[in-house]
Amino acid sequence: MEWLNSAYQSVADFSVWWFSQPAVLIMLQIVMIVTPLMLAVAYLTFAERKIIGAMQVRMGPTRVGPRGWLQPIADALKLIFKEIIIPTGANKVLFVIAPILSIGPALAAWAVIPFNAEYVLADINAGLLYVLAITSVGVYGVIIAGWASNSKYALLGAMRSAAQIVAYEIAMGFALVTVIMAAGSLNIGTIIEAQSGSPLHWFWLPLLPMFVIYFISGVAETNRAPFDVAEGESEIVAGFHVEYSGMVFAVFFLAEYANMILISVLAAVLFLGGWLSPFEGWLPEAWFEITGLGLLLGHGVHWLLIKTAIFLFFYLWLRATFPRYRYDQIMRLGWKVFIPITIVWLMVVGLMILTGFGWWFD
Amino acid sequence: MIEKLIFYIFAIIMVFGATMVITVRNPVRAALFLVLTFFASAAIWMLLEAEFLAITLVLVYVGAVMVLFLFVVMMLDINTALLKEGFIRYLPVGIGVAILLVVMLVGVVGPENFSLDEMAAPERHGADYSNTRELGSVLYTVYVYPFEIAAVILLVAIIAAITLTLRKRPTTKYQNPDSQVSVKRDDRVRMVKMKSEEKK
Amino acid sequence: MTFTMPNIAPALPEIFILSMACLILVIDLFLTDRQRFVTYLLTQATLVVAFILIVTDFTQGRVLTFSDTFVRDPMADVLKACIFIAGLVTFTYSRDYLQTRQIFKGEFFVLGLFAILGMMILTSAHNFLTIYLGLELLSLSLYAMVAMQRDSVTASEAAMKYFILGAIASGMLLYGISMIYGVTGTLDLAEVARQVPETEKQLLLTFGLVFLIVGVAFKLGAVPFHMWVPDVYHGAATPTTLFIGSAPKIAAFAMLMRLLVDGLGGLHAQWQDILIILAVLSMGVGNIVAIAQSNIKRMLAYSTISHVGFLMLGVLTGTAEGYAAAMFYTLAYVLMTLGGFGMVILLSREGFEADKLDDFKGLNERSPWFAFMMLIVMFSMAGVPPFIGFWAKLSVLKEVIAADMVWLAVVAVIFSIIGAFYYLRVIRLMYFDKPVDTARLEVALDMRLLLSANGLGVLLLGLFPGGLLALCLAALSGS
Repeated sequence: MEWLNSAYQSVADFSVWWFSQPAVLIMLQIVMIVTPLMLAVAYLTFAERKIIGAMQVRMGPTRVGPRGWLQPIADALKLIFKEIIIPTGANKVLFVIAPILSIGPALAAWAVIPFNAEYVLADINAGLLYVLAITSVGVYGVIIAGWASNSKYALLGAMRSAAQIVAYEIAMGFALVTVIMAAGSLNIGTIIEAQSGSPLHWFWLPLLPMFVIYFISGVAETNRAPFDVAEGESEIVAGFHVEYSGMVFAVFFLAEYANMILISVLAAVLFLGGWLSPFEGWLPEAWFEITGLGLLLGHGVHWLLIKTAIFLFFYLWLRATFPRYRYDQIMRLGWKVFIPITIVWLMVVGLMILTGFGWWFD
Repeated sequence: MIEKLIFYIFAIIMVFGATMVITVRNPVRAALFLVLTFFASAAIWMLLEAEFLAITLVLVYVGAVMVLFLFVVMMLDINTALLKEGFIRYLPVGIGVAILLVVMLVGVVGPENFSLDEMAAPERHGADYSNTRELGSVLYTVYVYPFEIAAVILLVAIIAAITLTLRKRPTTKYQNPDSQVSVKRDDRVRMVKMKSEEKK
Repeated sequence: MTFTMPNIAPALPEIFILSMACLILVIDLFLTDRQRFVTYLLTQATLVVAFILIVTDFTQGRVLTFSDTFVRDPMADVLKACIFIAGLVTFTYSRDYLQTRQIFKGEFFVLGLFAILGMMILTSAHNFLTIYLGLELLSLSLYAMVAMQRDSVTASEAAMKYFILGAIASGMLLYGISMIYGVTGTLDLAEVARQVPETEKQLLLTFGLVFLIVGVAFKLGAVPFHMWVPDVYHGAATPTTLFIGSAPKIAAFAMLMRLLVDGLGGLHAQWQDILIILAVLSMGVGNIVAIAQSNIKRMLAYSTISHVGFLMLGVLTGTAEGYAAAMFYTLAYVLMTLGGFGMVILLSREGFEADKLDDFKGLNERSPWFAFMMLIVMFSMAGVPPFIGFWAKLSVLKEVIAADMVWLAVVAVIFSIIGAFYYLRVIRLMYFDKPVDTARLEVALDMRLLLSANGLGVLLLGLFPGGLLALCLAALSGS
C-alpha cells in the first residue's frame, strides 16, 4: 500500500503544482468567463425569438423542451451536424479563417472587463484602448468572409460592412474619449470607481449625448437591425455569410451575439457604473449591512448583469421596431451627424472639467 | 528568457509577413499579410513597454487604414500580368541596387554600432508606469509645436481629399432628411369629400 | 512635467497664416461661385499682413522657442518675406487664368496658404521633426494643387508621379534622420551639431548623411533625382507650375541650410563631395536636355534643374559668403521664374495653353512691351549682364573660386554658355520669326502691371544688385 500512497501523493503534488502555474490559472479563468458567455449567447437567441414574438403577438419557439427552453440546444446540435460547404473558387484558407477572426476579438475583449471590484482577468492600464483596438479588428472576419466566398452577394455585404464599421468606429471612439476624459483614466476598473456615489454620479448624465451615440454606434458596429445592411436578407440574401453553412456559420452567429453582449456590457460599465449598485447614496448605510439583503442591494456582479440585460433588450426592441436604414443614410448619420456631435461634446466635456462642473468633475 | 522567446516569435512572424507582402501575387492577400506584419510589430512594441503605441497601431492601422485599403483593393481588378511587364528587364539593375544597399546596411547597421554595449537597453519600469501618461506629458509640452503641425497636415489631407473627390453635378439627386421628417399629414394626404352616388 | 507657456511671439506670422487659412476655408464655404473673389482678396490680404508682421519685427540674432524646435533668425525673416512676395505674385498671375477656366476655387488659395505655412515652418525649423513635418505640409499641399485639375489626364499623371516620388524622397530623408538620431540620440539641430565632431561613429553619420541628401535632392530636383520635375511642371496647370517653381525653392534652400549647415556643419568635408557631384550633373543634364525641348514649360523645368545645380555650388563652399551667394541666387532665380511662367500665363487664354516654344514666335509684333519683358527674363536667366541673373551667377562663381575650386567654376561657366543657347533661342523666336498665333493679347490690368514690375525688377536689381546682396550677407552673417 506504500507505493499507492506515494503515487497518490505525487499525483496530488503534481496537480497542486500544475494548478499553481499562472498559465494554467489564466486558462481556468478564461474558461470561467467564456462558458457562461457561450450559454448567454445561446439563450440570447432564444430570448430574441421569444421577445420579438411577444412584440409581434406570436408565441415564438414552444416545441423543444418545456416552453421551448431547449430550442437553442437543438439549434446548436443541428448546426454541428450539418456539412460545411466550401464554394468552388473560394479561397479555402481564408474562408475557414474568417469566422475565427470574427469570434476571436469578440471573446478576447472580455479579458479587461471587471465583473466586480476584485475580479478582472487582466487589469491593464490601457484597458479601454485595448477594447477599442480589439473590437476594431473584428471587421476583418466579415471582410475576409465576403471576399473569400467568391460570391457577389457576399462581397457586397463585406463592402457595406467595412464602410459602415469604419464610419461608426470614429464616433464610438470619440464617445469613449469623453469617458476617458471624465474618468481621467484608461483603466476600466478606475473608470467604474470614478462613477461611484449614486446613479446620478454615473456618466450617463454628464455624457448623455455620448451615451446615446455610443449605443447606436454599437448597434451599427455589430451589424444589427436597423443597421444590418451587411446581411440585408431582403436585398443581398445574407450578405457576407451567405455561403457559410453548418458549424462555420454557427461561429459567425456566436460572434455576432457575443459582440452584442460585449457592447451592452461596455455601455453598462462606461455609462451606468458597471457593478455599482443603483441604491448607493440614497438608501441608509445600515441597509447594506443587513445579511442577505445587503448583499443584494450592495455592489456586485448582479447589477452588471441586470444593466447588460437592459441594453440587450434594447437591441431586440430596436430590431422589432425599426425598418432597415438605407446605405447612404447610414453613412450620412455616421459622418455628418454623429461625428460633429461627438466633437462638440468633446469640447463641452473639456469645459466641464476645466470649470469643475457639477458633482462629476469637482 | 520568455521575453526573448516572445521577441523571436514575433520577429519571425513580422519578417515572414513583410516578405509575403511583396511576394504574393494576389493584392488582397498581400494586404492581409501587411495586417499580420502590423500585429507582430505591435507585439514587439508591447515588449518595449510602449503599450499605447502598440494598441494605437492596431487601432488605427489595422482597424481603420487597412480596412479601407482592403476595401479599395477588393474593388479594383488589378492586372498582375501588366504589373510584371518589364520585371525581367529591370531585374539586373534592381538586383545590383539591392546588393549594394544590403552591403552598405550590413556594414553600418551591425553590432559594432548598435549592440547593447554601444546603446544601452532602456531601463525597465514598474507596473504603475503608464506609457500613455508619459507620451501625453511630452506631446503637449516639449513637442507641442510639431504636434500642432501634424494636426495641420491632417487638416490639409482632409481638404485635399474632399477637393479631389467632391463633385457637384446638377443631376445628382439627394434627399433632405430634415424636410422628410418634418412632413405633416396635410402635406401628403388630401381629404376629398364627395357625395356618394345617388340611387335613382 | 508641467506645461509652461512657450514664447509664441516669434511665431506670430505662422500663427496668423494658419488662423487666416482656417478662417478663409470656412468663409469660402458660404460663398457662391460669383463671390469667390472674396476668398482671393482675403488670401492676398493675409499675405500682405504677414509680410508686414515680418518686416516690422525684424529679428536681430537668434531666437529659439517651442522647446527649441522653432528658430527665428535674420535668414528666416528675409526668406519668409520673399516667400510672401512670391506667393502674392503667383496668386495675382493665377487669378485670371483660373477664372477663365472655371477652376477658380477657394481650395486653390487655401491649399496655397497651407503650402506657404509649410515653407515658413521649414525655414524656421530647428529640429529634424519640424523639418520633416514642414516638408510634408508643403508637399502634401502641392500634390493636391497639382491634382486639382481633375479633368486633365496630364495633371493627374503629374500629381501621381509627384506624389509617389515625393513619398519615396520623404522615406529616404526619414531613414537618414533615423541614422543620425541613432548616433547622436537627439533631433535638435544645435545638439546634433554639437555632437557630430565628438562621436566616433563617423561612418554611420556619413551613411545617414547620404540618405538625407538623397531626400533633399529629390525635393530640389537635382540630377539624378530630377525625373519628376519636367513631368510635373508640364502636367500641372500653369499657375500651379508657377507656384511649385517659385516659393518652394526658397524653402528648399532654407532646408538645405538648416540640415547641412546648422545640423551637420561638422560633416562639411563629406557633403561637399556629394554636392559637387550633384551640382555638376544638374548643370550638365539640365542645360543640355533643355536644348531638346519644344515645350516651354519643360524647357523651364530643365532650366530649373540647372539653376539648382548653381545654387548648390554656393552652398558647397561652406563659407558664410558662399551661403549668401547661394541665397542671392535663389532669390534671383525665383524672381526670374515668376517672370518666365508669368509670360506663359499671359499668352495663354481659354482653351489655349501657350506652352509651346512656337507660341512665342513673333511676340514682338503682337506686343513689343511684353516681348521686351520676356527678353529681360531670358537674358537674366542666361546670365547676361546687366541683369540680376548675371550678378547671381557671378557672386556664386566668385565664392567657388575663393574656396579654391577653380575647375568647378570653369565647368559651371561652360555649362552656362551651353545653357545660354536655349534662352537666346526664345528671344530669336520672339523677334525674328513671324507670329503663328495672331489672336490679340487680352490681359487683365493687375497682371499687366505686376508682370511689368516683375520684368523691370529683374532689370533694376541687375543694375543695382548691391542692396539685395548686402541683405543676404547680413542675414547669413547675423545668425
